[in-house]
Amino acid sequence: MEKQSIEQLQNICTQLRRDVLRMVHAVQSGHPGAPLGCAEFFVALYFDQLHHNPDFKMNGSGEDLFFLSNGHLSAGWYSVLARSGYFPVEELKTFRKLNSRLQGHPATHEHLPGIRIASGSLGQGLSVALGAAQAKKLNQDDKLVYILMGDGELQEGQVWEAAMYAAHYGVDNLIATVDYNGQQIDGPTTKVMDLKNLKAKWEAFGWEVIETKNGNDLKSVIEGLELAKSLTGKGKPVMNLLYTEMGYGVDFMVGTHKWHGSPPNDEQLAKALGQLEETLGDY
Amino acid sequence: MSLDLKFTYTEKKDTRSGFGDGFLEAGRRNPNVVGLCADLIGSLKMGDFQKEFPDRFFQTGIAEANMIGLAAGMTLGGKIPFAGTFANFATGRVYDQIRQSVAYSDKNVKICASHAGLTLGEDGATHQILEDLGMMKMLPHMTVINPCDYNQTKAATLAIAEYEGPVYLRFGRPSWPIFTPADQKFEIGKAWKMIDGKDVTIFATGHLVWEAVVAEAMLRQEGIHAEVINIHTIKPLDQEAILESVKKTGCAVSAEEHQINGGLGDSIAQTLIRHNPAPLEYVGVNDSFGESGTPTQLLEKYGLNAENIVKAAKRALARK
Ligand SMILES: Cc1ncc(C[n+]2csc(CCOP(=O)(O)OP(=O)(O)O)c2C)c(N)n1
Ligand SMILES: [Mg+2]
Repeated sequence: MEKQSIEQLQNICTQLRRDVLRMVHAVQSGHPGAPLGCAEFFVALYFDQLHHNPDFKMNGSGEDLFFLSNGHLSAGWYSVLARSGYFPVEELKTFRKLNSRLQGHPATHEHLPGIRIASGSLGQGLSVALGAAQAKKLNQDDKLVYILMGDGELQEGQVWEAAMYAAHYGVDNLIATVDYNGQQIDGPTTKVMDLKNLKAKWEAFGWEVIETKNGNDLKSVIEGLELAKSLTGKGKPVMNLLYTEMGYGVDFMVGTHKWHGSPPNDEQLAKALGQLEETLGDY
Repeated sequence: MSLDLKFTYTEKKDTRSGFGDGFLEAGRRNPNVVGLCADLIGSLKMGDFQKEFPDRFFQTGIAEANMIGLAAGMTLGGKIPFAGTFANFATGRVYDQIRQSVAYSDKNVKICASHAGLTLGEDGATHQILEDLGMMKMLPHMTVINPCDYNQTKAATLAIAEYEGPVYLRFGRPSWPIFTPADQKFEIGKAWKMIDGKDVTIFATGHLVWEAVVAEAMLRQEGIHAEVINIHTIKPLDQEAILESVKKTGCAVSAEEHQINGGLGDSIAQTLIRHNPAPLEYVGVNDSFGESGTPTQLLEKYGLNAENIVKAAKRALARK
């Protein structure tokens, strides 16, 4: 894929946000908040960072792999997959509908290109990504494995089993990113179950930790991912704490857990789309 | 009175050793076979593989959920992961991980579960899982296998390495008669008629296949000719073999080291109800947990030995 300018990438982010909002609005269900906050990450990854092949092969040998552990961000992932050529953009309109390949949470069962493991039940993705990274090492495949997790998701114990494993085995061909939006379903993470000092936690588990302080600034996100990449291959797994704002890009949705899993109504959709220019053409 | 057994043995061994030896052999045959274990390498008999293929073996520590996810991920590089732990921690503890990352995602993971059932003995009920076959057979895509002795477990282990898809392989701890041939071919999903009979069919799985062989000889002394069928694969179930046998005998007994609820017997009952309603008596654990004791004591107390299979066969016959 040709490298795109920041301006072009920014346009894709805006379109991704439109896609997400229209998708969840159409079926009056789904999760808009976190994908709005992760638009820059998705676009930076798929359009700038990943060595990947939209002619999808399940085993992914010789290419970078991405796993979405917080599967409720499916609308955002489907949009970036479609927009980067994995399947027709038109298909986004089937999201969450009967007989669709775009299940509510990502699945391999319907053979949607780009998806290698089901997710939705939180806490499992890091383990899977580590397994894939280990297999790459066994196969002398020098490409990387990326994974995105939610911050609330880190409350699951399995994540810390995986964290311990990754450092013990020096899985240094893996870049994990946490969507550090400080929100989860029942409220801010500080109120629900405080994650306290996340950086210190991951460091104590033996990870190389970087912080991307402005996760909604495309340039910062790309720089963060570049830095993360430069830290791979040095014996440690790499953690990228990505500070984002849930609901970013729509003024009345930003910064609150209220839009974690609620779709906009007609009026709210119109208002939201008014803030996001149609850059690549709606599906 | 000595019994005239149709199958005999000269040696006893644990089925987990059959797994361990089969696993090593599978590793020698295919470089993609890899192993994972959650701090029970010795108990699972995975040590020989680990010694011979240290780079292809992953100690995960006491972290079973992570182990299942790792195994699922490894399949993406074409690996064939064998993930081993005790049956309780290989199923109940990680049911959601198996459901989402393995079964629903259709990953070629082999879940290898030792110390299943009552016969692990003295450790008691926390470890004696009697619900695992039910949980695993309910999962779409999952193949469920419970071999009967060392040789059959070894053959099954080699067979699942060649089969593409998720498998639950269940075996156990106690030293058990080796009464099936060393050179057997293991066909997944194909029941094995071990003894021909005409009066009643005994469908048995796992350790209780041996008890069924003993029960057949006891019944024969009383002039009752039982057919013994070894159902090593609980799913997919060989319905054809089941129906063909019951068409001839007219009644049946199921025998398993598992809860009656949701086990092999229930799968057989479903088959019979749909196609040929016939009396079926269950030999299994009747809605209870286990406890500490020797394997023999426990099989007797919970009604799972040859004597109980004989009684069940007579009940089934009386209902014909
Ligand atoms: C194992 C599991 N428990 C509970 C849920 C329900 N759930 C879905 S999203 C979510 C909150 C996750 O928080 P976070 O990871 O911070 O995601 P965000 O709200 O920021 O999108 C919960 C509790 C789930 N999907 N999986
Ligand atoms: Mg969050």
